[in-house]
Amino acid sequence: MNAAAPALHVALVGNPNCGKTALFNRLTGGRQKVANYAGVTVERKEGRFETPAGRSVRVLDLPGAYSLDAASPDEVITRDICAGRYAGEAPPDLIVCVLDATNLRLHLRFALELKRLGRPMVIALNMMDVAKKRGIRIDAEKLSAALGAPVVETVAVQNGGAAALLAQLDGAWPNASATTTNDDTDLHAQVRALLADAVTMPRATSAVDDAIDAVVLHRAGGLAILAAVMFLIFQAVFTWAAPLQDAVTDGVAAAGEWVGGLLASMPLLQSLVTDGIFAGLGTVLTFLPQILILFLFILILEESGYLPRAAFLLDTLMFRAGLTGRSFIPLLSSFACAIPGIMATRSIADPRDRLTTILVAPLMTCSARLPIYTLLIAAFIPRRDVFGLFNLQGIVLFVLYFAGIASALAVAWVIKRLRRDKSEHMLIMELPSYRLPNPRSVLVGLWERAVIFVRRVGGILLALTVLLWFLSSFPAPPEGATQPPIDYSFAGRIGHWMTHVFAPIGFNWQICVALIPGLAAREVAVSSLATVYALSAANDDAAATLLGPAIAAQWSLATALSLLAWYVFAPQCMSTLAVIRRETNSWRNVWIATGYLFGLAYLASFVTYQVARALS
Amino acid sequence: MSVRLSELKKGQSAVVRQVEDAHPDDAVARRLRELGFVTGEPVRVVATGPFGRDPILVQIGFTRFALRRPEAGRVVLEGATP
Repeated sequence: MNAAAPALHVALVGNPNCGKTALFNRLTGGRQKVANYAGVTVERKEGRFETPAGRSVRVLDLPGAYSLDAASPDEVITRDICAGRYAGEAPPDLIVCVLDATNLRLHLRFALELKRLGRPMVIALNMMDVAKKRGIRIDAEKLSAALGAPVVETVAVQNGGAAALLAQLDGAWPNASATTTNDDTDLHAQVRALLADAVTMPRATSAVDDAIDAVVLHRAGGLAILAAVMFLIFQAVFTWAAPLQDAVTDGVAAAGEWVGGLLASMPLLQSLVTDGIFAGLGTVLTFLPQILILFLFILILEESGYLPRAAFLLDTLMFRAGLTGRSFIPLLSSFACAIPGIMATRSIADPRDRLTTILVAPLMTCSARLPIYTLLIAAFIPRRDVFGLFNLQGIVLFVLYFAGIASALAVAWVIKRLRRDKSEHMLIMELPSYRLPNPRSVLVGLWERAVIFVRRVGGILLALTVLLWFLSSFPAPPEGATQPPIDYSFAGRIGHWMTHVFAPIGFNWQICVALIPGLAAREVAVSSLATVYALSAANDDAAATLLGPAIAAQWSLATALSLLAWYVFAPQCMSTLAVIRRETNSWRNVWIATGYLFGLAYLASFVTYQVARALS
Repeated sequence: MSVRLSELKKGQSAVVRQVEDAHPDDAVARRLRELGFVTGEPVRVVATGPFGRDPILVQIGFTRFALRRPEAGRVVLEGATP
């Protein structure tokens, strides 16, 4: 084969859960480009590799689909590309139809449907290792004759598991063979005939699946297991990530100081680099450990097949609130950060359910709010035992988390009521076989998500940090100034002006000033408050210890409670809004999210402040 | 009086007679037929959700699908066995 020949363009197609992505990773070795198809938020994954004979191949991992009669944006893409009529994508030279060898009853129908397109096709019988273990025997020759396409066996999760497919790509190209079949009953009849003829199956289900499902989906036991899993994830995200986060913060700060030292002769540039760029970089990167740990768990749960089970258990509760069981994972992720949460809504097929989930995701208490909560609770809420069992500070923190969840459910319910399109929301969700997670797939997935997060968030957060640095550094204070420099800056002036709006909810100008940098990332508000109160502090923790007594002396309890209530809703996270824009492709949704979150935040703070003042 | 998939209890099996459209151009019914809910196919209810016994988990062929009750209500059965 001539290496200079144009790259063969291959599309991987298959039902969800057929192991298509694992096969893609096996073929490309994780060298892949992840982007979106133009104008829609469907993930486009492309990779390149060379066959053993040196043929260069460009491979597209198409979204999983059950049928060419598309029921979701993902399936539309798959349908159009397979049919060679998707604008902007060249029709594939070869379709590799990936089938789960343990689930042929379902997957063969799709293969027969693809055959009707009359394009060159190869069938990859994937998960042959599991099939053999379960005693499933498949006559590949008979299958090949019936499907009019070569059939190869693959084990995507094993080294060399794609050898037969690679050999096929190096050999002669299969011919296209269009056929003229018709409706579903015919396709299913063909599948049945084919199964009877070419496949022996000792039993329809996996004994392991039956045993695990009996426990995991048990009406009481299943919920208990789910709660334990969630607890473990929370522990990991908030406890195990802490040392890593400190290391990242210290590392970035040290790097910033070092670079700043080089610029000592240029104070303005030095300030921009250390206070602007490196501060922004530090903010982005400190979230990375939490997000990676969270995604590690989610990927393992996803690969193992547990996630759809969690969605199954919670579907009815979430459906009543106007969501779907599939909203569970995005909302869980949002407790670390709304950005990966909103990105995870791509697994929700119904566009209405997806939008609702995106809109309420910012109400989950993300970890960026914790520094503020910790500061205010430590400064204003007495450490008092309640009923000898609980601590008042802990109770307040719990109430804040709970308020977020409760308001998310309430908002979702209201959206459901307001929506004009009341047609049925489809669930129909496959619960795949349990599998041992493959370390390679997990690592590739983790890497992919880390890159996406840093790229999406990095740019905007960095730009905003620099802008805010500018606003709070200029103009410089006049000679003999008595107030902290920020008071004279643009940010200070804006803060004073903002008190007209925020006085009714108890915010003084210092808080208003701190709200501005908090736009970039909520936790920055703590160090901003420290700046405003002219305290020198190395990092947020030190700022909080010094800042606590300062604000405890100057603020009323009503103001502190009002600020806590504000941060339950506060829409001021530009990165989240930017991700909403990207994921929904609409500014309208950004305005809706901003508007309702701001409205709720103001209302909650207003009520809190006025009630607290009246009572004290 | 025909039995519907939504009326089966946990552990019960039956055979699909047909999937009925709940309204013209019923995407749910179409998808169910694509997934294998066609005449003569055996089904079994494997589990039910913890809240209001909804959704239900149905074994069909080698696959398990979670269906909400209105979805399962479109599947008309025969030969239900306790």
